[in-house]
Amino acid sequence: MKANCWVKRNTVRVENVPDPTILNRRDAIVKVTSTAICGSDLHLLDGYVPTMQKGDVMGHEFMGEVVEVGPDVSQDKLRVGDRVVVPFPIACGACAACRAELYSLCENSNPNAGLAEKFFGHPTCGIFGYSHLTGGFAGGQAEYARVPFADVNPLKIESGLDDEQVLFLSDILPTGYMAADMCDIKPDDVVAVWGAGPVGQLAMDSARVLGAKKVIAIDKQPYRLEMAERVGYDSINFDEVDVRSALLEMTGGRGPDKCIEAVGMEGDHGSGPIHAYDRAMQASRSESERPHALRQAITSCRNGGVVSVVGVFGGFIDKFPSGSWMNRSITLRTGQAHVQRYMKPLLRRIENGEIDPTRVITHRLPLQRAPHGYDIFKHKKENCEKVVLTP
Amino acid sequence: MTDDKLTRILGWASVGLGTPLLLAPAPSVTALGIGDGPQQRAAVAGVGARELVAAAGLLGWGSPPWLWARVAGDMMDLALLGQAIRGRAVTPRAFMTALRKDESLLRTAAATAAVMAVTGVDMYAAVTRSLGSKRRPRDTMVLTAAVTVTRSRNEVYARWRQMENLPDFMAHLDRVTTTGPQTSHWRAAAPLGKSVEWDARITDDIPGERLAWQSVDGSGIRNEGEVRFTPAPNEQDTELHATIRYSLPGGKLGKAFARYFGEEPHQQLDDDLRRFKQVLETGEVVRSEGAPGGKRARHEFPQHPARPLTDKEFAEARS
Repeated sequence: MKANCWVKRNTVRVENVPDPTILNRRDAIVKVTSTAICGSDLHLLDGYVPTMQKGDVMGHEFMGEVVEVGPDVSQDKLRVGDRVVVPFPIACGACAACRAELYSLCENSNPNAGLAEKFFGHPTCGIFGYSHLTGGFAGGQAEYARVPFADVNPLKIESGLDDEQVLFLSDILPTGYMAADMCDIKPDDVVAVWGAGPVGQLAMDSARVLGAKKVIAIDKQPYRLEMAERVGYDSINFDEVDVRSALLEMTGGRGPDKCIEAVGMEGDHGSGPIHAYDRAMQASRSESERPHALRQAITSCRNGGVVSVVGVFGGFIDKFPSGSWMNRSITLRTGQAHVQRYMKPLLRRIENGEIDPTRVITHRLPLQRAPHGYDIFKHKKENCEKVVLTP
Repeated sequence: MTDDKLTRILGWASVGLGTPLLLAPAPSVTALGIGDGPQQRAAVAGVGARELVAAAGLLGWGSPPWLWARVAGDMMDLALLGQAIRGRAVTPRAFMTALRKDESLLRTAAATAAVMAVTGVDMYAAVTRSLGSKRRPRDTMVLTAAVTVTRSRNEVYARWRQMENLPDFMAHLDRVTTTGPQTSHWRAAAPLGKSVEWDARITDDIPGERLAWQSVDGSGIRNEGEVRFTPAPNEQDTELHATIRYSLPGGKLGKAFARYFGEEPHQQLDDDLRRFKQVLETGEVVRSEGAPGGKRARHEFPQHPARPLTDKEFAEARS
C-alpha cells in the first residue's frame, strides 16, 4: 500500500510499504478514507520530537472502513464494514487511567513505556504515527491502518455525515474542546486563544459553545485571523500590535479570564530579541521549546484566571514566569486530549449544527501529495490552514 | 585480598620497597646517593611508611583510589629525587659532567629512572582499573519494581502462581516448566546466544499475599524471587511488589550477565511488570509495528520502523 513516511528531518515521502496485519487479538484493520495533517506532525517533521526513525508511517488523524477484525473483537462492538473515526490516543479501556477517562494516559498501550518514562518521569499512551516514544505505531496517512484495542477506541459513524464533518473528531476538535473545557468557562468570560491554527480555531468554537462572552484570536498570519473574524471573534496580530496592551484595552484592564495556548514548542514571537534568545537556547539544546505563547498567556491572564495548554511541548523550557503564575493564583491545566471522553458528545454537537469543524479546511489533496501538504502547512503558503488527504 | 593480579604485584612491590626504607634508612640513603643526614633519613623513612600503608590498601581492598595513591606517591618521590639532583647540578650540561665524576649522583639518577618506569606501570593500572571498576559485576544483583493492577489480589496472585506464564511477560525467560507442587524448571536466555537453566522451589506461598521462590543448590545462576500483593488505596486494585536477587558467578558469564541486564537492571523488571499488567488488564502483551516482538521491545533499539511488517518480519516477530 501507499503510505506517507518520515525519511529524515524535514523530509516525508509517499512510499510503498506492506499492508498492515493484525498483531494483537483486539486489533482491527481500517481502510482509510480520509486523513489529515496535524500541527503536531510538523514537530515530528522537523525532528523536535525525538525518536523518529526512517520509514515511520506518519499520521494520527484518520477515519475509514473496518476491513478486518482480530479474534477478540466481539461482533457487538465492531464489525467489518463499520465506518469509524479513530481517536489518536490508543487506549486499552481497562487500566486506572482509562477508567478515570484520562485516555491519553493509558497505562497499557505504549510498548515503549520504559523509554517514555525516561523522558517524562511516567509514561504516556501509545499514539499512531507519533515517534517511538509513543510506542512506534504505524500512522494513518496511508491506505490502511492497524487499530489496536478496536473494541474500545474507534467511534462508529452511523449517520449520513460525510468524512470531512467527522474526521476531526480524531484529534483537533476534541483537543480544541478540551482546551476550552479545562478553562471552566463562566457566562461572562473573555477567552483569549494564542494560535489561530486548526486547534486554536476549534478551541475558539468550543469556548463559544461553552458560553464565553467574547473570544479573542492571537496570531500573526492575517489569513488565520481573518478566518477567526469571519465567524465573529476578535483578533490581535502580534506582528502589528503589542499583545499585552491590546488585551488590556479589550478587557478593561483586567486581562482575559481564561487563556488557551494552542501553539506549543515552536512558537513565533513579535519580539526579535526574545525569539533570537529562544532560538539560540533551542539550537544549543539548552531548552527544547520556544515557549513565547505560554509565557505571554501566563503573564497576560487575569488574576486568578486559568491558562489551558494544548500546544505540544516535549522537553524543558527556560524563563518560566513562575512569579507571575504563583503570586497571581493562575491555574495551569494541560494534557494531550482525552479524545475518547469527548467524541460522542462532540458528534452530537456536529449533528445539531452547533460546531462545524469543516470551516478550517483549506486544502484537499490526494495522499500522494502529502509532502506538498506538509510544505504548505509548515511554511504557511497558499493560506494553508488544514490539509485533508484522501488515499 | 584483591583478585586483580597487577594490583597484587604492585602491592607486594610496595612492601618490598617500604620495608627497607622504613627499617634501614641509613643504607637506603647511601643506595640512593642523596647524601646522608637526619633530613634525608627522615624523608626516606617517611616514604617507607607511606609505601607500607599503600601496600595494605592495595592488597586489602585493591580499589582504584589506592592505585591513584600510588601514582601520587610516585610524583612525590620524583619531586624529592629531582630536588636532590638539582642541589648538585643546575644545568643539563653540568649534570652530564657531574655524572661522570660523581658515583652517588649516578645512583640518584638510576633511582629516578626506576621510579619513572614504576610511575608508568602505576598510571596504567590506575587508569585501566578505574575504567574497569564500573563494569565489574556485582556479586549480588538485586532488582526491585512495583506496579498497580486493576484486578483483585487473588487474581493477580493466581496469574503469577502459574509460573509457566512468567515467560509471557518476563523478557529474559524462555520457558518455565512445573515439575512438582513446589518445584519448577527454568530456562533463561543468556548473553551470547546461550541459555542457562536451573531448578527452583517455592519457599513461601500465601495465596493473595506473598509468593517466594529460590533456585535449588547446584544451579548455575543462583537466584531468588519474591512477589508481595497488597491492596491499593482504593481497596480493589492490587499493588504488586517484586524483588529478584541474582548471585552472579565470577568470570566471563557473570560479566556478560551484568551487561545483559544493562546499566539499569531495575528497568528490565519494571518493563516485565508493565507487561504482566498488560496481560491481566488487556489479555496479552501489546505490540506495535516498532516493537512487534512484544516483550523483546527493549532489546530492539533502534526499532523496526513504525511501518507494517513484511511476511518475513511478521514471522520473526512471532517466533
